[in-house]
Amino acid sequence: MRLIFKQIKAPLGVGVMNRIKQLFEEKKNILSIYYTAGYPNTGDTIRIAEALEKSGADMLEIGFPYSDPVADGPVIQASSKQSLDQGMTLKLLFEQLKDLRKSVTIPVLLMGYVNPVLQFGVENFCKACAEVGVDGCIVPDLPMVEYEEFYKGCFEEHNLSNVFLITPQTAEERIHKIDGLTNGFIYLLSSSATTGKNLEVGDTTETYFSRIQNMKLKNPAMIGFGISDKQTFDKACSYANGAIIGTAFVKAIADGNIEENVDDFMKQFKP
Amino acid sequence: MKYKVNEKGYYGDFGGAYIPEMLYPNVEELRQNYLKIIDDADFQKEFHQLLRDYVGRPSPLYLAKRYSERFGANIFLKREDLNHTGAHKINNTVGQILLAEKLGKKRIIAETGAGQHGVATATVCALRNLECVIYMGEVDIERQAPNVARMKMLGAKVVPASSGSKTLKDATNEAMRDWINNPVDTHYIIGSVVGPHPYPDMVAIFQSIISEETKKQLLEQTGSEQPDYVLACVGGGSNAMGMFYHFMDDEDVKLIAVEAAGKGVSSGLSAATTYLGKEGVLHGSRSILMQTADGQVVEPHSVSAGLDYPGIGPQHAHLFKTGRGQYVSITDEESLDAGLLCTQLEGIIPAIESAHALAYLEKMEFKGGENVVVCLSGRGDKDLDTYIKYFNL
Repeated sequence: MRLIFKQIKAPLGVGVMNRIKQLFEEKKNILSIYYTAGYPNTGDTIRIAEALEKSGADMLEIGFPYSDPVADGPVIQASSKQSLDQGMTLKLLFEQLKDLRKSVTIPVLLMGYVNPVLQFGVENFCKACAEVGVDGCIVPDLPMVEYEEFYKGCFEEHNLSNVFLITPQTAEERIHKIDGLTNGFIYLLSSSATTGKNLEVGDTTETYFSRIQNMKLKNPAMIGFGISDKQTFDKACSYANGAIIGTAFVKAIADGNIEENVDDFMKQFKP
Repeated sequence: MKYKVNEKGYYGDFGGAYIPEMLYPNVEELRQNYLKIIDDADFQKEFHQLLRDYVGRPSPLYLAKRYSERFGANIFLKREDLNHTGAHKINNTVGQILLAEKLGKKRIIAETGAGQHGVATATVCALRNLECVIYMGEVDIERQAPNVARMKMLGAKVVPASSGSKTLKDATNEAMRDWINNPVDTHYIIGSVVGPHPYPDMVAIFQSIISEETKKQLLEQTGSEQPDYVLACVGGGSNAMGMFYHFMDDEDVKLIAVEAAGKGVSSGLSAATTYLGKEGVLHGSRSILMQTADGQVVEPHSVSAGLDYPGIGPQHAHLFKTGRGQYVSITDEESLDAGLLCTQLEGIIPAIESAHALAYLEKMEFKGGENVVVCLSGRGDKDLDTYIKYFNL
């Protein structure tokens, strides 16, 4: 706790140990949970983060909703729409996260599409992330070349990790390039799919996971898309540093009994 | 070549390929191959043969006498409405289906708004015996029933897009999701000059046949291949880009792009993107789009389903920003009135999309004798219900 408190106080950018990096150094089989900010109710964003940390999640990915989420399946789309209809904006999200680090110590990433970031302003976005204690971002439709040219400097200045996705179709050369550009982890998609499909580890998926393992990348890898429960989580952990659950969790909290639902959902992962 | 795409996939500040990694291999495959394939002599031969024998090109450039008298200028109509399937959309689908075959794809997907692009895609899929899935907004399925039936007859599976506003924008999202889930065997035939690079350029190249022919036809009919004005309607902007393409670098030719004002640009029910929009990213490219301060895409409105889109292609954004093109808008009512006028003066029932371009003639001032080309992008059969309701026919 004290160590983390110190990090926040340290000058931005220089000599700060990013929470993500620290987590991967200290722990195996990392469980990261995705949820949509402002869903099921606008005021739930922080409550969910606190409940998740309390019940054992290692890392959080908070989705900032977008009207046209092309990489997402129906469940996350619907949660995004509901959140937007209820008035969620990126500005409001940063207000909600103002005291994030008073109660949440695990790494937090923001995940969303590039257009809201552009309208907020890249510089302002990075600054706001750093101010509230966000450790990294996942922006699936931000291309690598754009990131390198226009975003990287700003992200690094604010000590933000930018996480890239790779799929079974991503060429080896490109994976190495991604590995060189990022400093958090690599988001390994179990297959080329939108979110909310089931993980099926057939021979080809296994070959792909092993291929990535054998590439000896400098960054750790997390498997995402298709992980829904303890069983799929464990399977994913045998190939990577951990895994990310999104759709299944978003479904589990739909009725608004946050603490109870989070606890119920997370029970299966307790040793 | 000032207005064409650069090697990074940009038109000035606009364009690029803002796509999730899942789409990268597909789009990259296309980027590396599209020019090579299109420039190939065999491809060109087959493409032009199909355009001639199947689509019915060249489409006539018709000097509309009574229109000309009314406006005091030589008004030429580029008759894309006479193409097989009734609109310019088929130019692009013929090109892309041949390209998909060269890439070894077995399955075709497409989005559609009014249903014209869906029909044009289903048509070429029937022609080349390829599996075809069309995404169409639930709302559009209801208001364009005949086109849905045509697609089904042609053997396509029509999948309703039930997310968001249930119109073209959402059909495009669904098609992109399909492509993400079927990355290897599927080609996505985007119907307009939108989407990630190289789509805007590729679709513009296939549609550029419109201005290529127009130049030749003008030379034959007027002794000069250079008109004073060219006009076209803009939703995503494919017929306009086809109409502008070979005139872009000739700064003496004025380019007028007509957007749909819907119920009026300030009414909250509009699709006048350049007037209401800001720079942003939608459907894989950086362009101008209608959005909230928070960057959420705003639902557009137009009586014409084909113009009911919250963005414009990146090349249009570039023409707009540089001032090379003049972007104007026409309301629902103005377009319907213009549709009736065209029917009564020239015996041509235009698509309501094209009627937007025709309507702008009323707002122009001519000295007399100017040569004006209007792209009559489609025929109005599909819009009869709307005309019937509006005019109590």
